[in-house]
Parts: sequence; C-alpha cells; structure tokens
Amino acid sequence: MSFFRKLRESISAKAEAVTNKFREGLGKTAAAIAGKVEELVLRRKKIDEAFYEELEEILIAADVGVTTVMRLIDELREEVRRRRIEDAAELQPILSEKLVALLKDGADEGLRMAESGTTVYLFVGVNGVGKTTTIGKLAHRFKREGKSVLLAAGDTFRAGAIEQLEEWGRRVGVDVVKQQPGADPAAVMYDAIRAAKQRGVDVLLCDTAGRLQNKTNLMEELNKIYRVIQREMPGAPHEVLLVLDATTGQNALSQAKLFGEKSGVTGIVLTKLDSTAKGGIVIAIRHELQLPVKLVGLGEKMDDLQEFDAEQFVHALFAGAIEKEVEAGGAE
Amino acid sequence: MAAFETLTSRLQSVFGKLRGKGKVTEEDVNEAMREVRLALLEADVNFKVVKDFIARVRERAIGQEVVKSFTPGMVIIDIVNKELTELMGGTQAKLAKAAKPPTVVMMAGLQGSGKTTSSAKLALMLKNGGHKPLLAACDIYRPAAIRQLEVLGGQIGVPVFSLGDRVSPVEIARQALQRAKDEGRDYLIIDTAGRLHIDEALMEELRQIREEVKPDEVLLVVDAMIGQEAVNVAQSFHEQLGLTGVVLTKLDGDTRGGAAISVKAVTGCPIKFVGTGEKIEPLEPFHPDRMASRILGMGDMLSLIEKAQAAIDAEKAAEMERKMRAAEFTFEDFLEQMAQVRKLGPLDQLLDLLPGMGKLKQLKDVRVDEKQFARVEAIIQSMTKEERRNPDILNHSRRRRIAAGSGTSIAEVNRLIKQFEDMRRMMKQFSQMMGGGKGPKGLKGLKGLKGLPGRGPRFPFG
Repeated sequence: MSFFRKLRESISAKAEAVTNKFREGLGKTAAAIAGKVEELVLRRKKIDEAFYEELEEILIAADVGVTTVMRLIDELREEVRRRRIEDAAELQPILSEKLVALLKDGADEGLRMAESGTTVYLFVGVNGVGKTTTIGKLAHRFKREGKSVLLAAGDTFRAGAIEQLEEWGRRVGVDVVKQQPGADPAAVMYDAIRAAKQRGVDVLLCDTAGRLQNKTNLMEELNKIYRVIQREMPGAPHEVLLVLDATTGQNALSQAKLFGEKSGVTGIVLTKLDSTAKGGIVIAIRHELQLPVKLVGLGEKMDDLQEFDAEQFVHALFAGAIEKEVEAGGAE
Repeated sequence: MAAFETLTSRLQSVFGKLRGKGKVTEEDVNEAMREVRLALLEADVNFKVVKDFIARVRERAIGQEVVKSFTPGMVIIDIVNKELTELMGGTQAKLAKAAKPPTVVMMAGLQGSGKTTSSAKLALMLKNGGHKPLLAACDIYRPAAIRQLEVLGGQIGVPVFSLGDRVSPVEIARQALQRAKDEGRDYLIIDTAGRLHIDEALMEELRQIREEVKPDEVLLVVDAMIGQEAVNVAQSFHEQLGLTGVVLTKLDGDTRGGAAISVKAVTGCPIKFVGTGEKIEPLEPFHPDRMASRILGMGDMLSLIEKAQAAIDAEKAAEMERKMRAAEFTFEDFLEQMAQVRKLGPLDQLLDLLPGMGKLKQLKDVRVDEKQFARVEAIIQSMTKEERRNPDILNHSRRRRIAAGSGTSIAEVNRLIKQFEDMRRMMKQFSQMMGGGKGPKGLKGLKGLKGLPGRGPRFPFG
C-alpha cells in the first residue's frame, strides 16, 4: 500500500471535525507547499538539478529553514538513487513520508497531565505571539471537558496584560490570581500555586510577560518563575509551552533554544497558523531542536486551538494529491 | 548552531582558502555567492528577493572588481553591503507633515506585531520634538487593548481618545480627528486592531477608516522576526491600503531582520522607524546602512559610536585621554570612566553592537554581570581620596580595611588593584607606541570598552 493510502486510512479513523479544522486552518500552507510541489512535478516531470533547486526554494519559502531543507533534499536524492526513481510524480509521496517522519520522531505528542492533583502549565515566549489568548482558549477547552481551571496573571509588565487575562477569565468563567502591575511575577506564581492547592483545581495555567530571548535579566526572571513553581509543587510544571507565532522566521530556532535553556521548554504552541502560508517552521523546530509541537492555533474562535497531529498536518498539506491517488487507485 | 553563523565569517572561510592563490576565478565567486545566498535566506530575506539580489551582486563581482582585488573577501562584502543598503532605501525617510494640521498617522499590521506599543513610542517621539500628538484607540477587538493604550498614554503624558469597545472603529477615528482639530493637536496617531492580511472583513474596516480620516501616513508595523511570509503581508496591506512607510519592531532581539529587505523590495515603501524594547522610549529612525551591516552580521558600530557621542562628555573624554597618555590615570578616573560607559546602557546590549562579538568563544559564556560593576565601584569608594590618587600606598592593612568597607573579600580587592596596575602599564606602553594624538574622535571615551574583547573576560569583570 502506498504511503498516501496508509495516511488516508489512518486519518479516516480520526474525527472528521478535527480533520476539517486542520484542512481549513492549513489551507494556506497546503497551497504554498503541496500546491507548488504538485505544480512543479507536473511541469518538470524529470528529476534533475533544476528540479531539486526549485523544490529547495518551495520549502525555504515555507520557512522550513535552510539546514532542514538541505538535509531533506539530500535524503530525497539518496532515495531517488536507491529506488531508481525517474518520474518526478513518484517523489511526492516520498516527500510527504519524510515530512511525517521528521515531525513524528520519538516523543509522545499529547499534553502531559499530573497523575493526581493539579496540573500546571507554564506559558513562555517573546512579545506578541499570543500567550494570553492561547491560555484563554485552553482554559475554555479544559472547562468544557469539565475540569476546574485557575489562571495566573504572571505578565505584570505589559500595560493592560492583567486586564486582558481577566477578560478571558470572565468569558470562560474561571478565576484569575493576580497582583498589582509591576509586582514580582514569581510571587504571583507562588500565590497561584497555593490557591490552586487550596481549592484543589485540576488545571493551573500560568501566563508570563513576553520577553526577547536575548535579554539576560528577563530570562533570569523567567528562570526564577520556573524554579518557584518547581519548588512549590513537586513535579510541576507539567508542561512548559513555548508559544510561537507561525509567521516567525528562522529566529524561532533561537527562541526555542534559549527559552529551553532557561525554562525547560517541553513543547511548542504554534499560533496564528491560519494566517500564514508558512507552517514550515514546525518542521525545522522538530528537526533541529527535537521539541514536539503540542498545540496549534488554527483560527480566532475559542475552539480553534487543536492538539497537533503530524499525520493530520501532512494530510492537510497534501490533501489534493492524496485524493487524486486514491481515486486513481479505486478506478484500477 | 551553524545556522547563526554570520555572513562575514562564512565569506572569510571561503576566501581564506584562496589566500595566496593570487587570483580569484569565476568559480570562486560562485562559491562565495552561494554563501551569501544561504546567509540571506537564514536571515529570513525572501527567497525571490535573494535570487534577484544574488544575480545583481554576481554581475558586479565578476565584472572585474573582485577578480583584480588582493582582498576578494572584503570586496564582496563591500559590494553586498552597498547593494543591501541601496535595496533598503538608501538614505532614511522622515515622517510626512500635512500642509494643514493635524497630520494623521494610521498604524496597521498583523496581531502581535507591536502596533499599540509603537503608537505610544511614536507619540513620545513627536512629543519630545515639541509637537502635540493625540492617540486614538481603535482596537475594539483584543481584550484590554484600549486599556493598554490608555496606560501607555498616561505614562508618556499624551492624551488618548477612546469611545470604549462598543463603537465602530471608523466612528472612533472620525471623532478623534474632530477632537484633534478642536484641541489644536498637530498629530493624530490612530492605533488599529491587529488583523490577518487575508481577513476580508477587517481589511475592509481599515479601508473605511482610511476613507474617513484621509491619513497622511499609513504605517505598516512589522515584527522584525517575521519569516518568508513578510512579503505576502506587506504586499496585501500595500495593495489594500496604499502604505506610505514601515515600522520595524522588536529589533532588539537577536533576529537578523531580513524581513526589512523583503518588505522594502515588494512595496517600495521606506522603513521609517525601528522600535526596540517594550519600555516606552521614542521610536528611532531607521538607518539602511546599519541594517545592512546587521543582516550581514557585521555588528552595528555606527549606532554604538552615536550612543557614545550622545552619552559621553567630550571634555571629560579629552581630559581622560590626556591622563592615560601621561599615565596619570588614577582610581578616581577609573570610577569616572566606568560611570561614562554605564551611561551607554546595559552592557550586554552594548556588546551585541560590537562586530565579531558572536565569534569570540570565551565571550559566549561570559554573562556581563552588572553587579560586578557595583562591586568594583564599592571597592573604589571604600578607598580614601589619598589611596585613589596614589594606589601605590595600598598596603595589606589598607586593603583589608577596603575589603571590609565594601563588603567584598581581600582577594577581590587584590584582583582589582592588580588589574588596575596592568591597565596602567599597558596604557603607558600604548601611548609610547602611538606617539601624538591620533585615533577616531568618537571612540575616545570607549578606550576602556574597546579593550574588553581582546583581553578576554577578565577585565573588568574579575
């Protein structure tokens, strides 16, 4: 069975609603990567240097990242030699197979929950990526699942940030632990964890102020927040989620690296993925930093935050080609 | 990580192989172009823009300049640098001014690009320039966005016009304009909600605001970290709104900011300002030449010199230099010089501005410790005047007293004195070597700082 068929079968076992969300949200990325690859394959037919170069450009244009693209192309060359592939069309499923492999290697994808007691998630990232919004959406999701949720307003720096989180708290119907603007965020976390323990809430979501990863002092502050949470609740934080804007380019790698060093990032939330034709950075991060993408923001609505699924991701990218192959297969 | 290697070091390695070869072939140039291409792509410059750019540079490079040169690496860097500067708009552009005030400036951009912060920074810049700006809060969608602008307005002392989040942004903009006219404000800055360039309804809203207030400037706010998508964002905002300029934000991160090139290339709009830091400081003018150096990873020497000139007292610097030459340098001068350097800003940011800093291995692990400065200061301040002027009298008992007085250990005091003596000795040798007064003017006060990288992490960070 071809890889496309396998992929399709594994997808059809999954909820249709989720599949549709991915397809809608990733429409732009799909058009940018798969659409162009398809066009290239049809136009070129032969696999030669010019073909590789164009393929390279398509992937780079999707922010996959130079290093990752170079490796991907090398692997493709190898595969082409080994299987003696001459028709460019045969390359398409191989490419998507490689992409799924890159996205999936190893680690489990789901969000980690505490075995008992409160689950604590810490959200970190640079300015303006959507940390507070992500927390609002995630709170909504947990609430809907019947869990009790508490939010910690750890962004005491940006004007209006506490109010923004409180507004989300009101919309979703959950409490927010806060202090004055300018207060020590680590103290807010301390309060929040005590409150969470006292009330026995299921999930505590901790907001932090956006900071650029090369600001030493701010990164030390983040490290302190992380340590306070660790100290006050053994086993916590259960996830440290780096929130990344999907339109970010290669700087995302530097962000993942430096935030990882200071706050032990365990996974990525990729926001605003619907806005962009460039979900490719997901692949680069996975490949170069071995960090799994846990959640993706596929739209502006409350329930547009989805758990990341590598197969769904690639399926959505190559939806057009998959349909075609399956149809052709059915007619034989 | 290999990905963050700079173009300069990449080219150095390409041409390093050629040293002594005497002649550079077309193939060598091609190899160099490949490195330039990778460096630009890694800096997030759009691949199409890169393609055109490389073609142009290659042409110039092969058209003899490089082949004849003894230092082909430098010539290529120079060509790339010039072409990049050109591409980003040559000289810097200024903010438009309406014939009849108020001048209306409209801010637009994606979510999280920094519109609200930039609006406040622009207002502060205008206010510092003696103008009377008014801010209009038209972001009715993001929770607490209006509040954010109001707080920022309060901090910088610029009034904010808002009608809450139940009134249409078009109406808010209209009334804000009226208010600006009534109150005789000469600038109106309209903060709008972030939106996706593909969101039809919200883009329509921006078009309506534009119709209503007829802005003199429509500024696109772009996050310097944006990747390949920059081109599409800029293009579609430009098509729908007719941009007049760009504000590049979050430039104080470690991004190379290649998006600047892409944006300029597709819209033709100049980048007018850059924003650094979330603390409200005025927007800074954009310097294409410095941005080119940054993208190439050559450091931002000019900005540093400018900072130094603004912060360092010229007379004191001249006096200091005289003292250094005469080797009359005392602990008092040392203290003075430290204060001058600190006026330039946080040290780790200063170090970022120096070229080649990324390459120095020993510096990677050195966290510039501001506290160490405070400790050195405390030690010097615990000395008597006599001791500061004449360090030779510092015997063991005096050192012990100083350590106790400054809350440090005797070892730390010894180390500082040793460093100070080394420094004095070097200065003496240096001034003997140099002879008369030479050296670039702006750098005078930076002598101490300049010594930092070369001497490794030891001085003055113990």
